[in-house]
Amino acid sequence: MTTPDHTAVASAGWLSVGAWQRRFREQPLLPLLLLLALLVLLLFTIQPGLLGRPQAWLNSTIRFATPLAILAACQTLTMLTGGIDLSVATVASATGFIVASQAPSQGPAVAIVLGLVVAACFGLINGIGVSIFRVQPLIMTLGTGLVAAGLLVIYQRFVITAGARVPEPVVWLASGTSFGFFPNCLLLLVPLSAVIIIGLRRTGYGRLLYAVGDNPIAARLAGVRVWQVLLVLYMLSGILAGIAGVVVAGVTNTAAPSGADSYLLPSVAAAVIGGTSIFGGRGGYSGTIVGAFILTVLASVLTVLKAPEPVRMIVYGAIILSVAAAYARVTSDR
Amino acid sequence: MSALNPPIAPGQTREASSFGQLIRRNGWVIGLYLLVGALLITARLIRPEYGAPDLQSLATAVLPLAFAAAAQTVVVISGGIDLSVGALMAFTSVTAAVIMKDRGDEFGLIAIVLALALGLVAGAVNGLLVVISRVPDIIVTLAMSFVWAGCALLVLNSPGGGAADWVKSLSVGSYVTEWLPRALVLALVAIGVVWIPLRRSRMGLAIYAIGSNQVAALRSGVDVRRTKVLAYAVCGLFAAMGGLALTMNTGIGTPVPGPYTLSSVAAIVLGGVSLAGGRGGMLGPLAAAFILALIRSNLFFMGVDPNYSTVIQGVILVIVVMIGGLATLRRARA
Repeated sequence: MTTPDHTAVASAGWLSVGAWQRRFREQPLLPLLLLLALLVLLLFTIQPGLLGRPQAWLNSTIRFATPLAILAACQTLTMLTGGIDLSVATVASATGFIVASQAPSQGPAVAIVLGLVVAACFGLINGIGVSIFRVQPLIMTLGTGLVAAGLLVIYQRFVITAGARVPEPVVWLASGTSFGFFPNCLLLLVPLSAVIIIGLRRTGYGRLLYAVGDNPIAARLAGVRVWQVLLVLYMLSGILAGIAGVVVAGVTNTAAPSGADSYLLPSVAAAVIGGTSIFGGRGGYSGTIVGAFILTVLASVLTVLKAPEPVRMIVYGAIILSVAAAYARVTSDR
Repeated sequence: MSALNPPIAPGQTREASSFGQLIRRNGWVIGLYLLVGALLITARLIRPEYGAPDLQSLATAVLPLAFAAAAQTVVVISGGIDLSVGALMAFTSVTAAVIMKDRGDEFGLIAIVLALALGLVAGAVNGLLVVISRVPDIIVTLAMSFVWAGCALLVLNSPGGGAADWVKSLSVGSYVTEWLPRALVLALVAIGVVWIPLRRSRMGLAIYAIGSNQVAALRSGVDVRRTKVLAYAVCGLFAAMGGLALTMNTGIGTPVPGPYTLSSVAAIVLGGVSLAGGRGGMLGPLAAAFILALIRSNLFFMGVDPNYSTVIQGVILVIVVMIGGLATLRRARA
């Protein structure tokens, strides 16, 4: 790529390529928001009917983007340390199904706690493998994902699936609205995102994640107990996946043991589109949230276009790739 | 056969020149083949009538995974990873099945040649996109897995097509003695014909070189970009063989990708190929593919619920990589 000389370009006016490039580099969220706005504009152009009831459209978009955004948080956090968590979708499915199957007999609160404990256990196993045994995160989480999927099928045989249903409060939280316009899932997404964003920027633990991802050896020499950081991280990722699983169960309102499986690839894609580097040390959660919304709006654009399934998949893949490539170019330092 | 799996990876010749290290480096692969033997003996012990026909059906069943593992091996040795292997297999499989449907035997040859060419080109496209976009391999191939799966659905939107009889017979039965399954011969010949000459050429050396240290390879005059594209193209070629194996085994084409992407990654890790790149050979992953299938069939013979076998496979994968991690740690400290 030819990087233009900034001083020369800057004088050429604020509309020049170089000026935009600099602006984007300083504000990496800007191009993402622009892309999101463009997609929304496109959606409204091809489906003018949506203009009549923007509220309903907004609500459903938020409802579908929320579980994706939470699952993408797992990927963002693990990617910041140079890892990845491929077990999130299975863990989310497992949690959702445990909640739905245990709620009728144990009550929703106990069921949710049970589900999250299971999710945290899988996170702990990932953490032990990655931090203590130094297994590549990709392969470790792949293995636990397999184990979780198998255990889920076995568990499914022991519970009476017929009685399983998603508890009311979960459905209310995931897909209900208050005052006729306020989607309840924001009650979960907003505080959760605030905690993650502030946690990453302002807390010592958040900075440690960047430090470990940027240069694990330097972090270790500086006195960071890298293994403890990673152990906690993968447990957090498991718990977040569990929360996302509960939301997915609430959104779909079905007790399916594979409810969240299809979220795996989009969760990685959302984090990457959001500007988090898979090599660690760079990125943040705000971009990921925008990435999750971009993917959700993109999916509805493709649905509205009534594109056949194969075309939709091809366009989806092509757009993920081109956004990631464009983003890498626009914000690259070199 | 040693040519398939050279004891010493190029680039590490000096380091590995001592005899002890040579044994240690081969130890893993030798251990894998001992494990294959042990698992076969176990099968015989559990089911006394286990014999040549079972061996033949085992080899037939393993064939697609063996090719998928070979495909993944080439790319991982070059320092990348291909998450679109499963989708590519589906794409090439349906293409071959559509060409052969209700046509004469001569179309079998056309289908095979076209499918292989298609795999080669699609793999090269993956590689070109990795090189041009400068987006990490894992993201590019993840996005491309949507694209290839979409292409597979475009070719054939529900399982169908057909296969010429002689093509189907390639993977069943045996040669010379009933103890030499045709599928095994097919796998060894097909992989060997591509891999052995490549491995001995400058290009093969370059694939190992860019995998172990990209900058060092560049400084030594290796064309990194071209080598990467080549590695992905060969990966696509092997994936196409895997797709053909699927068509051979089932007699039809199925547009929905099987679990081959993830199991190919599992097989190469078990097979001693380092995910960091630059290390490993073809023999290890081949043995690993057989081990994964044998564990499954042995558990089945023991009357274990097939769902448990998924769990057990996952557990074995996790334990193996943990042991591998411990071994690396020990070596690093020693």
